[in-house]
Amino acid sequence: MFLRTIFTSLIILLTANFAYAGGKLSVYHWFEYMPQELLDKFESETGIDVTMDTYDSNESLLAALKAGKLGSYDVAVPGDYMVEILAGEGMLDTIGDSELKNKGNIEPQWIEASFDPGRKHSIPYQWGSTSFSVNRDVYKGNINTTDIIFNPPDELKGKINVLDSQGEVMALGSLHLGIPQCSTDRDQLKALDSLLQSAKTHWASFGSDIAKDVLVSGDVAVGMIWNGFSSKAREEGANVEYSYPDQGYVVWMDNVVLLKDAPNRQNALIFMDFLLEPENAAAVTNYAQYNAGVKGVTKFLEPALATMPENNPREGAGPGAFVAVCDQETQEVYDQMWTRLRS
Amino acid sequence: MAAGAGSGRTMSSTFLPVRFWLLMPSWLIIGFFLALPVLLMLVYSFLTKEFRGGVIWEPTLAAYDQFLFDRGLFGDDPPQIEWKYISIFLRSIFQATGATILCLIIGFPTAFFIATRNENTKVIWLFLVTVPYWVNLLIRTVSMKFLIRDSGPLNELLITIGAIETPLKLINTNFAVQLGLFYSYLPFMVLPIYAALERYNFTFSEAASDLYAPKWTILRQILIPIIKPGIIAGCILVFVPSLGAFLAPDLLGGAKTFMIGSLIEDQFKGNAGNWPFGAASSMILLSLVMIVLIYYARAQSKEQV
Amino acid sequence: MEKAFNVKQYNGFYFITCLCLFILYAPLLIVMIYSFNDSLSITRWGGMSLRWYYEVFYGLESEKFKLAAWNSLIIALMAATIATIVATAASIGMVRGGHFKGKSASFGLISLPIMVPEIVTAVATLIFFSAISFKLGVLSILVAHIVFCIPFAYLPISARLQGIEASYEEAAQDLYANRWKTFWHVLMPIMGPGIISGFLLGFIISLDDFIITNFVKGAGVETLPTAIFGAVKQGIKPNIMALSTLLLLFSVFLVTLSYFIGRKGNNLKTNK
Repeated sequence: MFLRTIFTSLIILLTANFAYAGGKLSVYHWFEYMPQELLDKFESETGIDVTMDTYDSNESLLAALKAGKLGSYDVAVPGDYMVEILAGEGMLDTIGDSELKNKGNIEPQWIEASFDPGRKHSIPYQWGSTSFSVNRDVYKGNINTTDIIFNPPDELKGKINVLDSQGEVMALGSLHLGIPQCSTDRDQLKALDSLLQSAKTHWASFGSDIAKDVLVSGDVAVGMIWNGFSSKAREEGANVEYSYPDQGYVVWMDNVVLLKDAPNRQNALIFMDFLLEPENAAAVTNYAQYNAGVKGVTKFLEPALATMPENNPREGAGPGAFVAVCDQETQEVYDQMWTRLRS
Repeated sequence: MAAGAGSGRTMSSTFLPVRFWLLMPSWLIIGFFLALPVLLMLVYSFLTKEFRGGVIWEPTLAAYDQFLFDRGLFGDDPPQIEWKYISIFLRSIFQATGATILCLIIGFPTAFFIATRNENTKVIWLFLVTVPYWVNLLIRTVSMKFLIRDSGPLNELLITIGAIETPLKLINTNFAVQLGLFYSYLPFMVLPIYAALERYNFTFSEAASDLYAPKWTILRQILIPIIKPGIIAGCILVFVPSLGAFLAPDLLGGAKTFMIGSLIEDQFKGNAGNWPFGAASSMILLSLVMIVLIYYARAQSKEQV
Repeated sequence: MEKAFNVKQYNGFYFITCLCLFILYAPLLIVMIYSFNDSLSITRWGGMSLRWYYEVFYGLESEKFKLAAWNSLIIALMAATIATIVATAASIGMVRGGHFKGKSASFGLISLPIMVPEIVTAVATLIFFSAISFKLGVLSILVAHIVFCIPFAYLPISARLQGIEASYEEAAQDLYANRWKTFWHVLMPIMGPGIISGFLLGFIISLDDFIITNFVKGAGVETLPTAIFGAVKQGIKPNIMALSTLLLLFSVFLVTLSYFIGRKGNNLKTNK
């Protein structure tokens, strides 16, 4: 009896391991970014079985792909600069000209994206911004400055969570100092390093996946966060206000990319087409509360999204900037800084 | 086992000829899937780091150099001793020591109390102490996090009964990590001490008390020296896993102050992506653990002689 | 003879024992209690309810957790079984093998998985699999689990075997039983309790593992601990508490089982 159970389990296990040749799709995605209902809809429309794993930063996506995960996933959802890096590492497959029938649904401004000109490897998923949110029960002063994160007032010291995301922290730090990203100027790099080192003493924790929860639970009063995630925190009961600082903020676009050696390449393309349908792109936007880069979504969107404060930069806010991709020399200095910061 | 040799032999000719065949599967599995990977890691720690993760097959001491020397942000300053990683190791040792001491303070009296119960109640107490260990470590750590967070049940209770006015700041502190480690490994302290106390002959204590030795002196000068091997075993069983722990620092310490476990993890999974450095840190951790274990084995074999 | 005090009694030790149990159980009890909380917010109490248990079984995420639970169970069952077989053979080889060159090295190798810190094992296994292009999936988790289950199964089995005299086997041999029959009909029944507790130990250890699994798991494969970890990072939700409570009760059931089996074994030994 016992042996038979084990034998049966073995068969199930082996078939589970090799059955992906059929109607499967393996997605590597950000956490809390894809409504389950939409996945269910995709599965019932196409009969393709979706499995999804999640990551919590562009850099950890890269690390996982480097450490042997390439070839197990069909699609991933890197941010703008990471699309460029992955393409440079040869980790992305090319989408043929006629392979996506809904490619025309992409908003024109996002077709010629600087990180993927002509959209050879990717399609838009969502775009939004990164800055920080402040609990207004704790702090009533001016929050329109990046000082809140990098040089906080006494009330907020030790109550700050920062995203565990190298690209965005470095970019926001550069904006705070008013220096260009990926600066090669040694004095500017040193200034950035010492800014981060001194700011760190006021930070309580690092974490991206915890970013919403720490604000809702009151563990921290300030959290570096993405705009849609902040509005979800507000909906869950935290009295937080999202800031569009004078110094500027980070803008990003996440993109669905076709990974190299995708085991189910055809299904990946079907999935991309599915996500380019206005109704489906709108479903993601309604869930994640960012913006779709797809034409014709407006009529499917919840009206409240258009007016919510997180999505509308205030008058006089600084400019939004994409995270820049540094050359190897500067990136190695950035890595060094990040390691010093994190450990 | 020497005592058993006279009464009943554990050696027989039945399985003697096939002993190597019997041992072969375990040697092969552990040798191929653990010893070999660890050796590979040793090799990786001497290789050159590839930009954006991975290794280049060129031997170098760069990883160990990075561990020990600070060459500034740009790598061309004169080398100075790098305290960053040494202090991560020292911090890990500090946290693990804190957890060990906590375990000892709570674990010794508990083991003593249990060992002095009668046979029937003894098993029940022992059972009660070990049950939580079998509950998933992750769940235990998460439960602890939930309990001690700023607006968690503990703070709410203390505020309601008026013991404190503002919430105790427990989460994201060193103490929280120590508490989590203590919570994770307490049974490892209780059980060996209990086992040693089981073998302890309480007539020693009685004899001393007949000679009017004060109670705490008996404990300090007679009982503790005799059961010392049990105490040391308990300390090692708590200290060693605490040193490389990952969950407690990550969930309870806010992942801001690294311990060795998080440092290594970050080199392979996180933002840092420096494989040789991660491998070198692993090797240093492994050597540290091996030193403790070898020291312990030496001390024990001396004890037996 | 009147003594001034009892050497087995120290003031405060009882208190510390109670404190110890309190610290051990308080977090678990709190989570259990809050898993019955009707409120959406985890910190406010909204009355008794089983809704989160319903959520675990029928909610949106139930599919994911069911699959993870299934993976966990299968992996634990197989890893523990294989490890137990390997460890039983190794125990006989070590305990009944007499003295041979490299015996302590052999013992060192078998207990290596316990001595190497988990994080080191995890990372080493990952880069090894990646270096030999071993595809990460269920199988990679299983292999890693078998490795660290072996010493945990080995310890109780070899301890049991050490308490069994060799004369049983010799008697069987005198009656012309071959080696396999001697093992199967004579040694195995006496070793039974040790083998079962070795199996259960391996089973629980495998079920419990997070760090190593998290490193070597393949695309789309989750076990319960990794699924729970992913979920709690974004906040401790009531359905996670319900799930934890279920898992907790399951662990308690297993340990109770192994305790009673172990006790039965001990009774056999003393009644002999």
